[in-house]
Amino acid sequence: MKHSLPVIISGLLLGVFGVLGATLVGLSHQVTAERIVENERRTLLEQLHRLVPPAEIDNDILTDTIEIAAPEALGVARTRVYRGRMAGEPVAAVFSPIVTQGYNGAIRLIVAIRTDGSLLGVRVLAHRETPGLGDKIEIERSNWVLGFDGKSLDNPTESGWRVRRDGGEFDQFTGATITPRAVVRGVQRSLEYFASNHAALFAIEGAAAETSDE
Amino acid sequence: MSNGYRDIVVGGLWSNNQALVALLGLCPLLAVSNTLINGLGLGLATTLVLTLSNASVSVIRNWVRPEIRLPVFVLIIASFVTTVELIMNAYFHGLYKVLGIFIPLIVTNCAIIGRAEAFASRNSLPRALLDGVSIGIGFTLALVVLGGSRELIGQGTLFDGAHLMFGAAAADWRWTIAEDYPGILLAILPPGAFMGLGMLIALKNIIDKRLSGRKPAPASVAPEPAVAQ
Repeated sequence: MKHSLPVIISGLLLGVFGVLGATLVGLSHQVTAERIVENERRTLLEQLHRLVPPAEIDNDILTDTIEIAAPEALGVARTRVYRGRMAGEPVAAVFSPIVTQGYNGAIRLIVAIRTDGSLLGVRVLAHRETPGLGDKIEIERSNWVLGFDGKSLDNPTESGWRVRRDGGEFDQFTGATITPRAVVRGVQRSLEYFASNHAALFAIEGAAAETSDE
Repeated sequence: MSNGYRDIVVGGLWSNNQALVALLGLCPLLAVSNTLINGLGLGLATTLVLTLSNASVSVIRNWVRPEIRLPVFVLIIASFVTTVELIMNAYFHGLYKVLGIFIPLIVTNCAIIGRAEAFASRNSLPRALLDGVSIGIGFTLALVVLGGSRELIGQGTLFDGAHLMFGAAAADWRWTIAEDYPGILLAILPPGAFMGLGMLIALKNIIDKRLSGRKPAPASVAPEPAVAQ
């Protein structure tokens, strides 16, 4: 039994350090948690405001949301749609679809659509496309994504909703066709989903039906 | 074992530079050095973790039994990394969004546990602190130089994204070689990181050779970088 004492002491010491480490992490979590949530809220709000001008809506777009299930059209099982209104009247809806046909995994978009079916704008949230080629879909790297502004399902017509190489109206990048092709397709799908679910998207109020009431 | 604080500083910055001599911590080094600012951000975060972990390892060095020292070091480092990650998320949110996935990688940076084991667990608190800061700055310098050259060659800019770190005032720090610089993709892709690192190591070796050739007897200290601190 003489040999077991050092083992027990070591184990206890290790336990003490585990508790100390957990305490440190717990404390810093407590101190920062509120600020982190606020940061994330502000980042999201900034992103939404960049697409939906704050002057055109008067509701709290962060809380006026609805959860929808549209795996076909939007690429995710459940997703939250942010709705902008002015004096109670719907102005725009913001989707966050995921496009899976990119060159390297999923591309997460955010797509803002006006009630008349025209695009307020599109941004890329996250992607893993090739740096220097496919990453021109980022607004920080090129203006390509601004080419969607004002477009709708009739403008261009259905055959125009492709990259130029496929006979459509949207530019591809030198050396990268797959990435823009995927994004164009994803945006078009969001528009189609919006067009066929327009009424339901804005109609369901707050906690009604199958929406979550967070 | 080295003595003198001067040796610790010179060792951390130059003669025992963890990235260029010990070749430790290559995973974050190669992954994040695609722009100068990214390199600087990760370098500073690493320096902070390294200093904290060195200090605490030194403080507890006489209590921890040898058979559990490695798990204890890992615990300490992991706790500090998580804390730094939370703090960055709260106070440098923009930079966190860029570096976010690389911050947890600091745990795997063997330079940190290497210093805990090889230095901090055998030295007094002030020496361990100084070693943490010097090694950290040396690592940061390597990251910044590698990141800067990859950014310059790859996309023809410097200080791209400085506002993420220094606030809106730094938005116009971005410097571009020429408007129509085509960019060399290879430098930004992972192979560029390996080549860049190879060049840096070669450059350091050339400088070392010059310095030692100039002096009659090989002194233990390279004179040049001793000023920094």
